[in-house]
Amino acid sequence: MSRRGDWVYENNGGTCVAIAGADYCVVAADTRLSVGYSILTRDHSKICELADKCVLASSGFQGDIKALHKNLSARELLYQHQHNKRMSCPAMAQLLSNTLYYKRFFPYYAFNVLGGLDSEGKGCVFTYDAVGSYERTGFSAQGTGSTLIMPVLDNQLKSPSPLLLPARDAVTPLSESEAVDLVKDVFASATERDIYTGDKLEIVVINKAGTKREYIDLRKD
Amino acid sequence: MAWQQPMDGSHASGSKVAAADGPGTQRTQYPYVTGTSVIALKYKDGVIMACDTGASYGSTLRYKSVERIKAVGKHSLIGASGEFSDFQEILRYLDELTLSDHMWDDGNSLGPKEVHSYLTRVMYNRRNKFDPLWNSLILGGVKKGPKGEEKYLGMVNMIGTHFEENHIATGFGNHLAIPILRAEWREDMTFEEAVKLVEKCLLVLLYRDRSSINKFQIAKITTEGATIYPPYSLKTNWGFAAFENPSKGAVGSW
Repeated sequence: MSRRGDWVYENNGGTCVAIAGADYCVVAADTRLSVGYSILTRDHSKICELADKCVLASSGFQGDIKALHKNLSARELLYQHQHNKRMSCPAMAQLLSNTLYYKRFFPYYAFNVLGGLDSEGKGCVFTYDAVGSYERTGFSAQGTGSTLIMPVLDNQLKSPSPLLLPARDAVTPLSESEAVDLVKDVFASATERDIYTGDKLEIVVINKAGTKREYIDLRKD
Repeated sequence: MAWQQPMDGSHASGSKVAAADGPGTQRTQYPYVTGTSVIALKYKDGVIMACDTGASYGSTLRYKSVERIKAVGKHSLIGASGEFSDFQEILRYLDELTLSDHMWDDGNSLGPKEVHSYLTRVMYNRRNKFDPLWNSLILGGVKKGPKGEEKYLGMVNMIGTHFEENHIATGFGNHLAIPILRAEWREDMTFEEAVKLVEKCLLVLLYRDRSSINKFQIAKITTEGATIYPPYSLKTNWGFAAFENPSKGAVGSW
């Protein structure tokens, strides 16, 4: 039985990951765009640089993702005009949450991971569900491969328990290159078992020097 | 993929109208007269696009001389599969768009990237209103940009999913033509090579897509403009031994 609104969404697949370090943040996503069991294109970016220290990666329904990214970019530009400075990552985090909840009853089918540097220059990662509930954390994975990747990140990045008081920082003590290597490893693993993840990996590294971008080939099957 | 009515009879023609929508408003639709695959690829001088000239009414092949590829402005071609009346509506939107663009009289004209972006917004916004244009559109063109002549080829579907590629197909073409294009497409093919590759794909679609017909149109767009060639047919081969005597070796009467 097909329902009236079945056709409004589709899942174009893909996985996004972000890891926060002491003074850097790594945001990565694969570049495969799928529909059903077909690959539409192997070279489609899921990452959007919203501000100089703030990068968003989203997986889910591409129509909504592109609209969401456009919306947030436009709001960031307005913020620049009004405040004469770029939006900080925590500010964008709140804006993203509000934007998602605004469409609570017809959601953006987008699973987001926001990464960047906070106002003190420390790495930060914010992870979201489709309707805007969010949390600042040391690392996250979203998308079709997230269930394959998250346990590995938990194992490798040894986040202290959130139950501890005083709260301890969740950012990883790993160096930038170690974090990037970990990202490449987890994506290689996710690509093996998740049919929607593969083709190419786009890695964006944000640190106080600026933003760097790297592309790694992944399995195309 | 040809979209079919669900079998459970809960959707009679015309959808049930929720009181909140207001009198006489329609929401979800179903496609009635549909075109099948369109394929397109970039080649040396620009973009080549092809499709058959049929439009089906469910399982009936209702119209056999329909043009599903049209020129847009000076720099682009649009091809559509899906509901044909929605394609006609899109052509009217594009007419308005190109007219306004022309009336600016500023020496600028809309390139394929801009038209694709416009169509993406239109399709996505209609989807947001639960009143889609039930099409998959391919937009191809060439325009001189800051880096010289830039070829462009993109697709957008009825819910607003969009992307750019070197070769694109809609509907069944995704399953039958794209594998061939991925194996055999090269950068900077000549027009003749591109046509051969396109015909190879069209032939497979003709054999295997139930809603395709043996009457095709090829179109190309280059810096000189758009050319839509007159329709023609491909030669098919049914002379396989296994077709000759199908019941040979079969037990019983069939």
